[in-house]
Amino acid sequence: MSAARISRNAGTGQWLGHAAIIVLASVFLGVFLLLPLASVFVEAFRQGAHAYLASLHQPEALAAIRLTLLVAAIAVPLNLVFGVAAAWAMTRFEFRGKAALGALIDLPFSVSPVISGLVYVLLFGAQGWFGPWLAVRGVKIIFAVPGLVLATVFITLPFVARELIPLMQAQGSEEEEAARILGANGWQMFFRVTLPNIRWALLYGVLLCNARAMGEFGAVSVVSGHIRGLTTTMPLEVEMRYNEYDYVGAFAIASLLALLALLTMAVKTFLEWRYSAEIAAHAPGGH
Amino acid sequence: MRRRTLPGFGIGLGYALAYLGLIVLLPLAALAWKATGIGLHGLLHLLESPRTLAALRLSFGGALLAALLNVFIGLLVAWALVRYRFPGRRLLDALIDLPFALPTAVAGIALTALYAPNGWLGRWLAPMGIQVAYAPLGVLLAMVFVGFPFVVRTLQPVLQSLERDVEEAAESLGATRRQTFLRVILPMLVPTLLTGFALALARAVGEYGSVIFIAGNIPMRSEIAPLLIVQKLEEFDYAGAAALGVVMLVFSFVLLVLIALLQHWSRRWAEHAA
Repeated sequence: MSAARISRNAGTGQWLGHAAIIVLASVFLGVFLLLPLASVFVEAFRQGAHAYLASLHQPEALAAIRLTLLVAAIAVPLNLVFGVAAAWAMTRFEFRGKAALGALIDLPFSVSPVISGLVYVLLFGAQGWFGPWLAVRGVKIIFAVPGLVLATVFITLPFVARELIPLMQAQGSEEEEAARILGANGWQMFFRVTLPNIRWALLYGVLLCNARAMGEFGAVSVVSGHIRGLTTTMPLEVEMRYNEYDYVGAFAIASLLALLALLTMAVKTFLEWRYSAEIAAHAPGGH
Repeated sequence: MRRRTLPGFGIGLGYALAYLGLIVLLPLAALAWKATGIGLHGLLHLLESPRTLAALRLSFGGALLAALLNVFIGLLVAWALVRYRFPGRRLLDALIDLPFALPTAVAGIALTALYAPNGWLGRWLAPMGIQVAYAPLGVLLAMVFVGFPFVVRTLQPVLQSLERDVEEAAESLGATRRQTFLRVILPMLVPTLLTGFALALARAVGEYGSVIFIAGNIPMRSEIAPLLIVQKLEEFDYAGAAALGVVMLVFSFVLLVLIALLQHWSRRWAEHAA
């Protein structure tokens, strides 16, 4: 391994120091990050491609995939609209309590996933605030799909807003004000000026939001009730198969989630490389 | 105040507040309300239970240690990625985000497969008497894994913008590289390292998915606090689960405030030094 950029007066001893840092960091990343990733695929194919495909073809696996896609398809657009509305209000207007609003948006990142699920059980569960009222009307939220959606919305709430707020703050509102003066109505201004200006940051936020929504485990595990085929998302199906000692089956579903993670990282890296200026400096919290 | 020439203030803020109220505030209010159901006596009883104490100690102690380890490893990795150009650097840089992108349950079973006594790495560690999976060390490993990207990603932009002339000035005044690093560079990095530490800590304290597979969940030994909450829920002890949840949130909040104070103090100290 060669250190191409070495300070101008580097002696042999210094060069060795640089090389040691590079080798140490590379080996650590290899063992600590690359090896777990590789193990997912190796374990999934341990009994060959046939067993791998067969375990993905089981009806519970297909139901879990469908449910994961459904939950993400509801939760992500909800948080997308929220993120745009919150970023618009926070970056285009001055009002009291703005800092508190910002802290509130970030709050779900510092709450344990288990607690994120628990709060909805306390609200809608059999002994919860609205539990008895819902039970009389035959509405099921906990141990059903609405609970999964709510827990996922809570967990992924900050992603889009956090990407948009610093960018829209930096961009300022001159272009939008100009559009208004030239006679555009509110929606025309939004779709022709604001949206094109924030589209890559928006995509970036949606990408991270979606990855977390599809991969969330702790929060959905609390509200799911683990009813096979009905309330088990892909991460929960991984857990159930693993606990039943169906390792190939567990790692097969896990390999699909790992592919999603790889795809997310690839698109993220591409967006950062191609549109870095249009994504803006973002805090790394909770990606 | 500037005249409001742009539309959408009412609808934007109104929607955001209503949404946050329904999704975040109302459920947290239910948590606080339910927690009061166990009463002061119940709370003391909960906190006197050796099993609860052991779980809280493991969750918070493990998370503090994991965040500290991440500060050192993160500094090394960020330094290598920012300061040097070497083959594979971009790939390694992209790989840093893996713990964010990989679902926690997947990370959990993958780490277990590697570090179980018959696993890829575990079979080499077991003869040396090092047990990682199904032991507290496994909990620590999973906590380091999930918090790892925070320190690297907070440090990278700061390291990039660090002015080289300060270092060069120190060196031209006769400081050795070691002195330059410890006396000049490190003090400037302390506030950023604390930010990364706080983020990694907050993540590790509440972590569930990646930990429960590798932990083995042995009561008093490798059982984390979030798992106790789940168990209380399964026993329909809603008030107990809520109380433990509130205890965890309060502890985390106190820790994060302490770190913020430390950061404030270190920033002033760095400014004085510079």
